[in-house]
Amino acid sequence: MNFWNDPLKVAATWLEGIFTGWGMDAVLAHVLVVFLGVLLLITVLMVLDIFLVWIERKVVARFQDRIGPNRLGPFGLIQPFADIIKLIIKEDTTPDGADKVVYNLAPILSMMSVLILWAVVPLAPVMLGIDLNVGVLFLIAAGAIGTLSIIMAGWSSNNKFAMIGGFRQVAVMVAFEVPMLAMLMIPTIFAGSMNMNAIIEAQNVWFFFISPLAALIFLIAAIAELGRAPFDLAEGESELVAGFNIEYSGMKFGMFYAGELLHAFTFGGFWSILFFGGYRFFGLEQVSPFLAILILVIKAMLGYWVIMWVKYTMMRIRIDQMLGFNWKFLTPLSFALLLVTALMNTLLRGAAGWLFVTGMFLSNVVVGWIALEIARSVAHKERERVEGPKKVVEAHH
Amino acid sequence: MTGTQIIFLIFALFTLGSALMVVTTRNLIHAALWLVATLFGVAVIYTLLNAGFMAVVQVVVYIGAIAILFIFAVMLTRKDLRDNVSQMNKNWWAGAIVAVLTFAGLVFTLQGWSGFSKTAAAVPSGFDAISQLGDKLTSPAAYVLPFEVASVLLLAALVGAVYVAFNKK
Repeated sequence: MNFWNDPLKVAATWLEGIFTGWGMDAVLAHVLVVFLGVLLLITVLMVLDIFLVWIERKVVARFQDRIGPNRLGPFGLIQPFADIIKLIIKEDTTPDGADKVVYNLAPILSMMSVLILWAVVPLAPVMLGIDLNVGVLFLIAAGAIGTLSIIMAGWSSNNKFAMIGGFRQVAVMVAFEVPMLAMLMIPTIFAGSMNMNAIIEAQNVWFFFISPLAALIFLIAAIAELGRAPFDLAEGESELVAGFNIEYSGMKFGMFYAGELLHAFTFGGFWSILFFGGYRFFGLEQVSPFLAILILVIKAMLGYWVIMWVKYTMMRIRIDQMLGFNWKFLTPLSFALLLVTALMNTLLRGAAGWLFVTGMFLSNVVVGWIALEIARSVAHKERERVEGPKKVVEAHH
Repeated sequence: MTGTQIIFLIFALFTLGSALMVVTTRNLIHAALWLVATLFGVAVIYTLLNAGFMAVVQVVVYIGAIAILFIFAVMLTRKDLRDNVSQMNKNWWAGAIVAVLTFAGLVFTLQGWSGFSKTAAAVPSGFDAISQLGDKLTSPAAYVLPFEVASVLLLAALVGAVYVAFNKK
């Protein structure tokens, strides 16, 4: 076994050897090594998170025709460190009447719900936290903890704006979990497993080409889950000031903010894992695990970029429209798509590869087209109801 | 004592402690949050029993949906969320006796079972619990009927809820 082929295992065996050499119990040494591995992963993620702040600010600046941070260091790369110093030395305020324990626990849970997701992210064929056979559901379970953290923050702040923001965010997260779960079932159907690694291994053809509609609905649900524009009602500045995190200052606010950025990056990663082949890219992942990690990070960054692109070019939608959009359009559509996919998968199971891909792709297009036609006719009727029948404009006027 | 037993003891105590807090704390929101802790402890115990699917579903359904619904319902009730009345009613001693008797009865019944004092056999490698569960839930030879009946029941509840909440114009 060579370090360049399986670095984690080699490093772990080496460390365990050292620890047992000191006279440590073998089980204890193993637990300690696993703990160190988790610590390493979290540290790398948090350092990456610092640079995500810079990336986010640079990208939003470009979208808004600005330059972005460019004063500190090359390309403004030192800027996030200045931000962190500012956040740390800011006064740490707790509002009167706040529920202190819950108030302080909420940012920690928020960050935790993001970091815990990386337990199931396969970075390379041989590098992953835990090979969970319910990896896909784990995504939703971690989201549940995130939802909990937001309702805790909203309630414990003793502030009406925070409370309303928390309510809105939770209503959105609970609602959009339904289409997201349905869309997570589609890669599961194709791969025949809920295991993340198995889903990647099954993608000889990216699932995006087999089920583009599923990828799109997953992205919409993910953006809603993240609470980013056009679904950022929870922090609608003009109506709620800042939403659920209004009372948080200093690093506690920083935890929510960093958590949101890392969450967006993580969902970019999951989007690429579930629909774009994860670490696979024309067999390059077999060359070296480090190359596989690089491919995954590039794909995750592209996914993150798409999420940012949507955020900075779309306007905010009203809360009732957003929930109506989910319950009346996205949820029925995702269930219809799930049914069609399951049926087509059974019909085409024995077919040749190209026939399977084409059939699936076409069925997706048909389902999407029917959904859009229904939505169009409903919207048309609604407009007629509100505005009255269309007036015929006279020709000689 | 093995590592698994230590983890089991810690989380069993954690689950019981938070369950106790659910019924003793006076703040309803805190009670709901302690309930979340209890449910989380149960999820950990599922994990220790190699039931990963149950553990994840426990978190998704109970913490992600039911506990959140509880918190919503509590928040929509009253501003103060606190009562100053006694937390016990006159029949507390009868409840205590029933609880102790139930526990004793369960222990007594389980002691007659041959598997009570055995250690569980290790799960063979490559054993796919989820596909087994899926097969059992959809195979006519196993549990397809109860599964479908439960689905119809839930659907009926869903339709009923929509009907009750529907605002006739």
